[in-house]
Amino acid sequence: MSAVLTPPVLGPRQSEGVWRAAWKRLRSDRVGMVAMVVVLAFAALVLLGTVGLLARDWQKEVGVPNAPPTFMGPAPAVEQSAIPVPKGPNVDLSAVDPLAPRYKEWDERAARFKAEDTVKRETLPFGGDRLGRDVLAKAMKGTQTSVFVGLLGAVVATLIGTLLGALAGFFGGKVGDFLEWLYSVFTAIPDILLILSFAVIFGRGIGSVAIILALVGWTGLYRQVRAEFLKHSVREYVRSAEAIGASAASRMFRHILPNISHVILVRMSLLVVGFIKFEVILSYLGLGVGVDDVSWGTMLAEAQSELILGYWWQLVAATAFMAVFVTAFSLFADALRDALDPKLRGLE
Amino acid sequence: MAAYLIRRLWQMIPTLIGVVLLVFFLFKYFGGDPAEILGGLNATPQQIDAIREQLGLNKPVWQQLLIYFRSIVTLDWGHSWATNEAVSNIFATRAPATLTVMIPILVLDTLVALPIAMWVAYRRGSLADRSIMVVSTVALSVSFLVYIIIGQYLFGFQLGWFPVQGWSDSTWTNLVTYVPLPVLLALLVGLAPQTRLYRTFFLDELGHDYVRTARAKGMTEGTVLFKHVLRNAMIPIVTNIALALPGVFVGSFLIEVFFSIPGLGREIILAVNRSDYPVIQAVTVYLAMLTMLVNLGADILYKLIDPRVVLK
Repeated sequence: MSAVLTPPVLGPRQSEGVWRAAWKRLRSDRVGMVAMVVVLAFAALVLLGTVGLLARDWQKEVGVPNAPPTFMGPAPAVEQSAIPVPKGPNVDLSAVDPLAPRYKEWDERAARFKAEDTVKRETLPFGGDRLGRDVLAKAMKGTQTSVFVGLLGAVVATLIGTLLGALAGFFGGKVGDFLEWLYSVFTAIPDILLILSFAVIFGRGIGSVAIILALVGWTGLYRQVRAEFLKHSVREYVRSAEAIGASAASRMFRHILPNISHVILVRMSLLVVGFIKFEVILSYLGLGVGVDDVSWGTMLAEAQSELILGYWWQLVAATAFMAVFVTAFSLFADALRDALDPKLRGLE
Repeated sequence: MAAYLIRRLWQMIPTLIGVVLLVFFLFKYFGGDPAEILGGLNATPQQIDAIREQLGLNKPVWQQLLIYFRSIVTLDWGHSWATNEAVSNIFATRAPATLTVMIPILVLDTLVALPIAMWVAYRRGSLADRSIMVVSTVALSVSFLVYIIIGQYLFGFQLGWFPVQGWSDSTWTNLVTYVPLPVLLALLVGLAPQTRLYRTFFLDELGHDYVRTARAKGMTEGTVLFKHVLRNAMIPIVTNIALALPGVFVGSFLIEVFFSIPGLGREIILAVNRSDYPVIQAVTVYLAMLTMLVNLGADILYKLIDPRVVLK
């Protein structure tokens, strides 16, 4: 890529590369920079979670069920059953009990295993869910899942859209007509319906959600990449490359692609936010990530019934994480678009 | 005009065939075996073979495809696998509920967002303008799910202003009793982004030369805004509404699921959960058709709004 982007030193002054110029513009955008720092912090969280340094035992039941957040203090003790539990059989049944001769043996065997009574904590920093799992760890794990699904989906959608858009825009003709037809087919079906249809077929799981979102979301990117390729394929630099014998593939991906990569990057960042929201909805409906996984969507699904009982902390945790990340990412995507595509600046 | 219409309708056929092929092959090769889904876990191989025979799954693929095409052309979508209800009947009975909720949302959303958008675009850079932008970014960042969960809890359960959920047979009761809460929540979520979008359309127009000319001619600001800018901004606005229209017919899945409204959206979710292929396939094809027709309608509407538009 750099081979194309840094022009050979011909004149007295080397011209600024597109990435360097964009970085300069981005740096002067204060909101964009703050948003970028937040996004990077989330990226670190996702990375640490993936390698297992963070929120690894989110499934451990560390607190009492629905443990309240620490600042609220432990939940008021509920009156236990009034009838005392009998300590043992009140009559000696050993004469008629057919199992009586084996009790001793069983007791011995049981004594060989070590039973440990873990003390469940009364309160947790951000509260606990209905099983007593730490909501903070759960929210971090959920963030990892949701962000990962959004990013993976966006990357795959970008690959599909870029490849098809490049083919359609560069070759045109029969290939272009076919791809345009494919595009019209995919856009004729409303997104959410297409997502649900794919969801029936591919089933649950982090990977399948990402694939589903990618299969539905590539169309907008395809359209834009196609338009850019149409525009660039007749430009002089591409003609010159053809004249010196560059193959079609080389012209498409080594000459044109680096020149439009900023457009693709902006589009991709816009896809991430949309995909994360779809993942939340799919997971809520039980069509998203698997039962063993936790995401913002599954947390919200649990939070709905908890809220009625007054356990609001899981709802707040999932919502707060999602709100911070999505706001930061949207602002960052906007700043990125302004920096990379200055023609668009000021339109919004 | 007639020639244009005929050509546009003619062009829809390949797309529609594509949708049908996509849906057919998707479910045929990637979806589970219908006979096994229908037979359930305890079905014997004989039973599964019988179901296969009954559904015509033993026939060659091209014959199955032909049968599928025939069902589309004759509008006979068959019966739901789960409930044996005719798919056409599902459409007829579920669509009214969806429309009862979704039309008020679409109308109110547009009617409220348009004037606000025009006002903030006119006063670009003011405090009101900037706060709308901030509010819409933050409002958009939280899932609609959260709005519904909190809204139901707060307005329905705690304050008791509206029933938490429900539906009746009378359209009027529905509109007065059950629809207000979902509509209110949908407006809360949709208003800010909608305003933001329309604002860009107005800003785009306000920068044009004709606005300056109109002002130079001594026209009042009202005339400039409502007779010139509004009319020119209508084209992207109509496009936007047209894009939202097919969604109206499926309704918001979430609204219908949360408020137990017996509409099409909830029916689709049920069908998805039961792997009820005939219903999903019918809805997909039917909605694709509708989307294309609505887009054609929007193109014709452009001509009415802006006589300069040439339909070709």
